[in-house]
Amino acid sequence: MSALQVTDVSFSYGARQALESLTFSLEAGRFSALLGPNGAGKSTLIALLSRLYDLQQGEIQVAGHCLRQHPGLALAQLGVVFQQSTLDLDLSVEQNLRYHAALHGMAKAQALTRIDAELTRQQLSERRHDKVRDLNGGHRRRVEIARALLHQPHLLLLDEASVGLDPASRQALNQHVRKLCREEGLSVLWTTHLLDEVQNDDQLLILNKGRLVAQGDSATLCAAHGGSLTQAFAHLTETEAHP
Amino acid sequence: MSRYWYCLLGIVRREWLRFVLQRSRFFSALVRPLLWLVVFAAGFRAALGIAIIEPYDTYITYETYIVPGLACMILLFNGMQGSLAMVYDREMGSMRVLLTSPLPRAFLLACKLLATALISLLQVYAFLAIAWLYGVQPPLAGMLVALPALLLVALLLSALGLLLSNGIRQLENFAGVMNFVIFPLFFLSSALYPLWKMREASAWLYWLCALNPFTHAVELVRYALYERFNPLALAVCLGLTLLFSLLAVLTFNPQHAALRRAS
Repeated sequence: MSALQVTDVSFSYGARQALESLTFSLEAGRFSALLGPNGAGKSTLIALLSRLYDLQQGEIQVAGHCLRQHPGLALAQLGVVFQQSTLDLDLSVEQNLRYHAALHGMAKAQALTRIDAELTRQQLSERRHDKVRDLNGGHRRRVEIARALLHQPHLLLLDEASVGLDPASRQALNQHVRKLCREEGLSVLWTTHLLDEVQNDDQLLILNKGRLVAQGDSATLCAAHGGSLTQAFAHLTETEAHP
Repeated sequence: MSRYWYCLLGIVRREWLRFVLQRSRFFSALVRPLLWLVVFAAGFRAALGIAIIEPYDTYITYETYIVPGLACMILLFNGMQGSLAMVYDREMGSMRVLLTSPLPRAFLLACKLLATALISLLQVYAFLAIAWLYGVQPPLAGMLVALPALLLVALLLSALGLLLSNGIRQLENFAGVMNFVIFPLFFLSSALYPLWKMREASAWLYWLCALNPFTHAVELVRYALYERFNPLALAVCLGLTLLFSLLAVLTFNPQHAALRRAS
């Protein structure tokens, strides 16, 4: 069973087509990178996957559950870290996490156990009672990752999660998520426009102007389109721009 | 079933935490009606004697008359405050956390309504306690009997606030909407003057006030505080609560903002 199956998904904002006939699947337990320039449609796709937007056309299955027919079951398998921070700055780390746990129907004891586990894994246990406002950007992102994993989803979506972080924090976040993928068997879809966040063994999807222009192993795609990821990306997106 | 209960508890808890962190909001919510009670009512006491009308059994002071209206004023402002918070959460992105919950969206919105209403009740009872000390003393049993009425009115006004927030694009537009909603609702009602006095002044104003849902909210609370039952007020409040809640759920769609921006 794939972690995510997207079939013929299209979406438009009025007359503007944002996504066009997307079809792809993500292998379970693997780090997948969705790469695309600004305005490619990455955030729109994340909004559809997380059901912030209703599907206009196509189907999405998360860990085998159809998002249109069984949204509750599908969303229970999904953890999301949005590009824009969604933490309540005036509440503490624990209060934010308990709120999210409650939204997933978790009892207090279960929630506290999971919060302990996730904060330990994110190395944020000592910041548990700090207001989110007092954390730096990198720590806030890790709180958001901890929150997204509280309900033990199969698939973690990160929508340009490293935006706004300094290079060292960006790399640390990227490596941290990859470690979760390796050690926990978590499936990850990491969206970005930064090429240096992609590695050779990633499953790669390249989105441009709402269309999927390439998908496959990163190393294979690079070999087929110039050798380096930069060359492959430029070739694929410029070919789309100027066929 | 327990998942829903834990979710409701979590949403109420969050609203409570945010309320506790904004203590100034609590005090400002009390200052407003207390100014009306202590200053406005004192000034108009001599000019506005209140003849015997239901549910009162005798002549009452003007302060006694306006307390139910001022209690409903707290609920009105809190309902709109809840609406503002929804718009703010939508703008700031924290609404997304709510929307990615696997529980049904209608249930989540109902929890938000109930949480806002419960927080409002705390402020109302604080005001009623201060009014009691000031000398406005409805029957003690009436304070308890009024609880379901106050909760219904709080839900009504929160649902109205939620419905309004679905149509507001940006925080900056909210102030204008508030002015067009709060002040007409409050002044064109029986909160400050009995409707028979309005009828003496102007027939069309009387009808505006009589048709105003806030009038029925005030009367529902007024009667309940004196352990009396107003079936018309209850029917109007209950019916409109259900209607506004249903419309609020049906019109709630986070992608509308994005679609409107693109159009």
